[in-house]
Amino acid sequence: MVSGLFPVVLEGAETSRRGRVLVGPIDLTLDGTGICVFMGPNGAGKTSLLRLMHGAARLTAGSIRWACPLAQARRAQAFVFQRPIMLRRSVRQNIAYPLRARGVARRIALERAEAWAERVGLGGMLERQAPVLSGGEQQKLALARALITEPELLFLDEPCASLDGRATREIEDILLTARANGTSLILSTHNMGQARRLADDVVFMLHGKVHETGSAADFFARTRTHQAAAFLKGDIVE
Amino acid sequence: MVDLWSGLAQAFWLVVTLNSELIEIALRSLRVSMTALLIASLIAMPLAALLAVKRFRWRRVIIAVLNALMGLPPVVVGLVVYVLLSRSGPLGVLGLLFTPTAMVIAQVVIIVPLIASIAHQALRDLWQEYHDLLISMNVSQWQKIHTLLWDTRRALLTAALAGFGRAIGEVGAIMIVGGNIDHATRVLTTAIALETGKGDFALALALGFVLIAMAISVSLSIHWLSGTEREGRW
Ligand SMILES: Nc1ncnc2c1ncn2[C@@H]1O[C@H](COP(=O)(O)OP(=O)(O)OP(=O)(O)O)[C@@H](O)[C@H]1O
Ligand SMILES: [Mg+2]
Repeated sequence: MVSGLFPVVLEGAETSRRGRVLVGPIDLTLDGTGICVFMGPNGAGKTSLLRLMHGAARLTAGSIRWACPLAQARRAQAFVFQRPIMLRRSVRQNIAYPLRARGVARRIALERAEAWAERVGLGGMLERQAPVLSGGEQQKLALARALITEPELLFLDEPCASLDGRATREIEDILLTARANGTSLILSTHNMGQARRLADDVVFMLHGKVHETGSAADFFARTRTHQAAAFLKGDIVE
Repeated sequence: MVDLWSGLAQAFWLVVTLNSELIEIALRSLRVSMTALLIASLIAMPLAALLAVKRFRWRRVIIAVLNALMGLPPVVVGLVVYVLLSRSGPLGVLGLLFTPTAMVIAQVVIIVPLIASIAHQALRDLWQEYHDLLISMNVSQWQKIHTLLWDTRRALLTAALAGFGRAIGEVGAIMIVGGNIDHATRVLTTAIALETGKGDFALALALGFVLIAMAISVSLSIHWLSGTEREGRW
């Protein structure tokens, strides 16, 4: 599947709230091949930038241009939030929701939801109310709900933050399968091992700006800035 | 104490003997208030949802006004509706004064702010929770509202029941616009007021007990029908 979204070009893109700039100005071009990992210390602006690109945060300056019209670009994306948002419905209904919202027939939507629940390991709890799931189960649900629409681009904001080693493996397998099927992935993570396992490209952020970018191989072999080097070593980044 | 007991006893007899007058009055109460509740809900719930998800200029003002109107004195509502419906009023040609329809109108005016305020609070909280997700999924305005209404249905039910309680127990407004006419606009509350005025406390109390019993059974049956308290989710 050739993606019609990319390249996406950000020029001086900024999002601010009550006069405070959360992230930006950002100049960045992503070509959407494979998995792009955003790294950086807490508060660096990873979440804000991902949300901005997705359109969940308001662009207050600069521009973001996709290779296709914006409405089409928005429809081809999905987002897994750092704190999973659970609809007050059953697991099955949650996963089926995006399909139902797009007008897919109820029976088909529910069938596909079941298949996806199975794939992320929630097959045994279809009827359970989503808000009572454990944190890790909620993240799996959010992932299934994002992938069910077969997006061209999937944003994941720390998708494995509260998962154990095995669940992380399972999720990474699903992500790698998605990539193999042509889905572009943009994800933020604090898990260095995960970044090394998944990244094709790396964007290193600091203080609300993009500090360094490069291919994963280059970035992990020799960082160009001492801040990124310090971050990789696990030191405190100033 | 004697009055309470004899009231209870009389209520019991009125009910078991299926007293035709009592049944007529009780059913009218139920019909008027149920109709008012239905209409008020159809106005208040979408209004509340709109106020929760849409940003427009008069939003804050409307919310403040709705909250203020929750405590609207029914007598005043009755008076205003009376003036509007009276023969010389703007809606006089409809000839609705002293009919059950006029009572429904008055009750709708009284309970719309109550239902809308309670519903809005619940919808707004859920919207804050769902906001990012629904924005991310690009759902239409209509789907947003539909989703929020469906997922807050318990709170909406509570809002509706509060509205029903206020409507069925209300006397000031419907007394004015209905006139408490026998076999036409007499309902439980106006009958109670009348019997109390006449000094027939036992009968007034009996009607009162019937009113309470009716309010409770409506509440129970709505809860039972919608199955809200059975699932035990939380
Ligand atoms: N809605 C908001 N209102 C005000 N400030 C915000 C808002 N959202 C984020 N911020 C601030 O913007 C900065 C960047 O936050 P962001 O969540 O993007 O960081 P992050 O890199 O994702 O951090 P973490 O690794 O902890 O998830 C932080 O200082 C945060 O407090
Ligand atoms: Mg974050």
